[in-house]
Amino acid sequence: MSEKFDVIVVGAGPAGTSCAYTCAKNGLRVLQIERGEYPGSKNVMGGVLYRKQMEEIIPEFWKEAPLERPIVEQRFWMMDKESVVTFGYKGLEWGVEPFNNFTVLRAPFDQWFAKKGVEQGVLLITETVVLECIVEDGKVIGVRTDRPNGEVYADVVVLADGVNSLLGKQLGYHNEFRPDEVALTVMEVINLPKGKINDRFNLEDNQGCTIELFGDSTKGNLGTAFIYTNKESINIGVGTTLSSMIKAKLKPYDLLDYLKTHSMVRPLIEGGESAEYLAHLIPEGGYHSVPKVAGDGVLLVGDAAQLVNAIHREGSNMAMSSGKMAAETIIEAKNRNDFSASSLNLYREKLYDSFIIKDLEKYKDAAHTFENNPQYFNDYVPMMNRAASKFFTVDGTPKREKQKEIMRSITGERGTFKVIQDVYRAWKAVK
Amino acid sequence: MHIVVCVKQVPDTKIIKINPKTNTLDRRSAPAILNPYDAHAVQEAVKIIKMVGGGTISVLSMGPPQATEVIKKSIEIGADKGYLISDRAFAGADTLATSYALSKALERISKEEPIDLVICGLHAIDGDTGQVGPGIARRLDIPPVTNVIEVSELNEKEKTILLKRKIANGYQLIQADYPCLLTVGKEINEIEYSPLPNMIKAARYEPVIWTVNDLENVNRPQLGLKGSPTIVGKMFTPPKPEGGMKLEGNSDEQVKQLIELLTDKQDLFFTHVN
Amino acid sequence: MEEYRGVWVFIEQNDGDIEGVSLELLGAGRKLADKLEVPLAGVLLGNAIQSLSSEIIAYGADVVYLIDHPVLKDYRTESYMKGIMLLAEKYKPEIFLYGATPNGKDLASAVATDLNTGLTADTTMLDVDLEKRLLEASRPAFGGNIMATILCKKHRPQMATVRPKVMKALERDTSRTGNIIEEQITLNEDAMRTKVLKIVKDVTKTASLADAHVVVAGGKGMGDLQSFQLIHELAETIGASVGGTRDVVEAGWLPHELQVGQTGETITPKVYFAIGISGAIQHVVGMKNSEFIIAINKDPNAPIFDVATYGIVGDAMEIVPKLIEQFKELRKEKGGEVSYV
Repeated sequence: MSEKFDVIVVGAGPAGTSCAYTCAKNGLRVLQIERGEYPGSKNVMGGVLYRKQMEEIIPEFWKEAPLERPIVEQRFWMMDKESVVTFGYKGLEWGVEPFNNFTVLRAPFDQWFAKKGVEQGVLLITETVVLECIVEDGKVIGVRTDRPNGEVYADVVVLADGVNSLLGKQLGYHNEFRPDEVALTVMEVINLPKGKINDRFNLEDNQGCTIELFGDSTKGNLGTAFIYTNKESINIGVGTTLSSMIKAKLKPYDLLDYLKTHSMVRPLIEGGESAEYLAHLIPEGGYHSVPKVAGDGVLLVGDAAQLVNAIHREGSNMAMSSGKMAAETIIEAKNRNDFSASSLNLYREKLYDSFIIKDLEKYKDAAHTFENNPQYFNDYVPMMNRAASKFFTVDGTPKREKQKEIMRSITGERGTFKVIQDVYRAWKAVK
Repeated sequence: MHIVVCVKQVPDTKIIKINPKTNTLDRRSAPAILNPYDAHAVQEAVKIIKMVGGGTISVLSMGPPQATEVIKKSIEIGADKGYLISDRAFAGADTLATSYALSKALERISKEEPIDLVICGLHAIDGDTGQVGPGIARRLDIPPVTNVIEVSELNEKEKTILLKRKIANGYQLIQADYPCLLTVGKEINEIEYSPLPNMIKAARYEPVIWTVNDLENVNRPQLGLKGSPTIVGKMFTPPKPEGGMKLEGNSDEQVKQLIELLTDKQDLFFTHVN
Repeated sequence: MEEYRGVWVFIEQNDGDIEGVSLELLGAGRKLADKLEVPLAGVLLGNAIQSLSSEIIAYGADVVYLIDHPVLKDYRTESYMKGIMLLAEKYKPEIFLYGATPNGKDLASAVATDLNTGLTADTTMLDVDLEKRLLEASRPAFGGNIMATILCKKHRPQMATVRPKVMKALERDTSRTGNIIEEQITLNEDAMRTKVLKIVKDVTKTASLADAHVVVAGGKGMGDLQSFQLIHELAETIGASVGGTRDVVEAGWLPHELQVGQTGETITPKVYFAIGISGAIQHVVGMKNSEFIIAINKDPNAPIFDVATYGIVGDAMEIVPKLIEQFKELRKEKGGEVSYV
């Protein structure tokens, strides 16, 4: 007879490991199954780790986790073809304990995190694909893997198998994505010497910087691009919704190449050596896409539950928190010895009470707002650049005059009413 | 039947990168894996145990504490037990000192259960020497058979084993008395996809770890760096050959030039048979 | 230490044929012996092999140590090492070289253990430090573009196995003279724990690559398995054998026996096409003695161009199809098969 565990967690990304770690720490017998060669090998995206959510799972993790740089500066770039309007914040308080956020390389970080789970007693097996959940009388009682004698049972199965959660689909918890529900992100890791990174980004050794790029960084498509500084490498990536990519007949790597050769970006990465190239689908649908997350003997966490924030490109924080909430739910269910859908539905309540769903709800219309209104990227960003150029160009015109002129040019191009309407819509979408 | 397989943790040379400036290994880029030849050695042990209808497979490794990972990997493939000898005293060993330390550990293992067969991988992908296996055999005074490509038969009554051993232009069919030591190449078997219970067992498994004090009759000067007659004298980049002629022009011109050059050297290269 | 003198080469013979590598080692050993001003010896074990002694001398040896015994008919570690131990303990060489063949490596590893001395594997360069009388045995280290020189300072003999087809044999010179020293050994077949039941010659497997006149080899630069088919296509067009780098074999694009390099075959064809191969030393040691090397690579700084006779800096995807086309044309033009001398 195959073995039975308290919990089987499918996937060893941040969501799965948070759940496995918390369950094991509370004395549950946990089997964690990862398809990749090691945790993080299939998990390519992210690059930013949020201190707060991680800390709730492992206090003072920064003392031992393989982190790259604490982020002391966040910049935003509104890009046009040959210009950029930038704003951002740099604060040294983020450079000391307890820090704010960190850049991380996912492969070493996920491995470290999974190892912490193993230290708590999680049985982690890799290179094993879960083919399906074993369902009996509508209740999930275990999983079937691709290995010989590959069945194993548990009171609860936690699906942390990523955005494309085949297992979630098999259970009918979510459908195939519409192209506007997923973003395709491509990313490159570019090796650069530490000193060069420090110079180019105005950093010291233990300081990191992130740049979010809008506008021409995606050739005006809905989406964003990003540049993160690691210790001795730079993550540069760009993501747009699949639908806008199809509409614009773009290939993802074309977009990344465009970004890398953009006159505003090229100097930052010049002379670097491309170390890795990665492509990944991430859910961008947000609030509208969150599927059923709890059933008889089963829970969905992290990307598998579509818990990603399209606008702020946050994922690992929600993954970790959802994993932890799932674990807490399971521990309570174990105490009641009731793993039915109604018992596990507590997880859904926790989720909806938390920042996760609230944030997703807040931004729920953002993607559609931007996609259906290309003027945000196609008109306003270039407009901002022209405005800034006029404003800062020294030509003897008084500042007040300049401001008037700028307003005239904006409203002239799109009409005053439309501008007000657009601004309101955008504000509603992202505030 | 008790088979002991010697395994080594090695950096994955598939992924390894060399820093072109310093000519040193970029260790960051090289995850540690079970030496691929040793994986085949464990798999062969599994096959032999199946062939004779039962027995024990132990694996033995020497290395830092992290080397328990390759023992776990061996458990996945089908080993029953694992031993790691790990001690500063073993560090810096060349093949001679390595075979000495491993043979001492094998002596200790054989006290728990007599050993019938020792199997090693043909060589490790980081050192590429293939010298440790035969060395162990000499120290235990059992016959080594290197480069085994097939284990055909095993006669438990006569205590003999029938083997094919690869040689330069074919193979020898060898009958060996056992206990003996085999080294095996990749062609000997296909690594099977491990059953799930093995995976779970491996995840749970905690290998026995021995320090030098757990081994008996050890002559310490024969261990580690001290016990290693060979040392790396220097590392150098070989003098660059001059290089030949680079063919200029666009691809059509390059191809044309090359064909002309090759057909010109008719005495050396082309002839035409009508 | 001073009592150890002389350079020895293990002469590997199969059925009375001396392995090529043993002759190459006599060539390399000759140089070392001349520098050290000591005799060069060939060590010959087998059954009914006395007649080979004159060959060994013709290829450069001053002395042949010979043990002839029926039990030594076929190579076995147990019997051969007994013979070698007898000779080495009695005559004490300072340097002892073996071919890095399956048998040579097997024997050297066992002998080094019993002699409690150092052994360097798969050497590709040999030299001596005259002052300290140290053998400098160099080999590519760890897949990279770097060589490591291994020394054995305090133990004798200094032993190394040497890659076949790396050293050069001397011209056969039958006018050379030398001593033959034959030793007697007591061996009992019944006491042997291993028996060679038969030897099967299997020439099909590696012959195609090792003996090929023309080899088309591809590397990871070909991109993917599908593009790698171009290598096969070019090889087929010109009747060549296919080879590849370790990366390509590890990726499963080619079987292991088609690997060229330190951990694969060392080959010396007349023409070697290196396509999408960067030229890591690991690979280069296996093909650099080819007569004509043609390299096609995108990167103008790829080290493969250093060993290439002709280099084309360009995209293999573009060049190779044109090359195939041209060769096909050529074949049509000449109205016959293309073949090689």
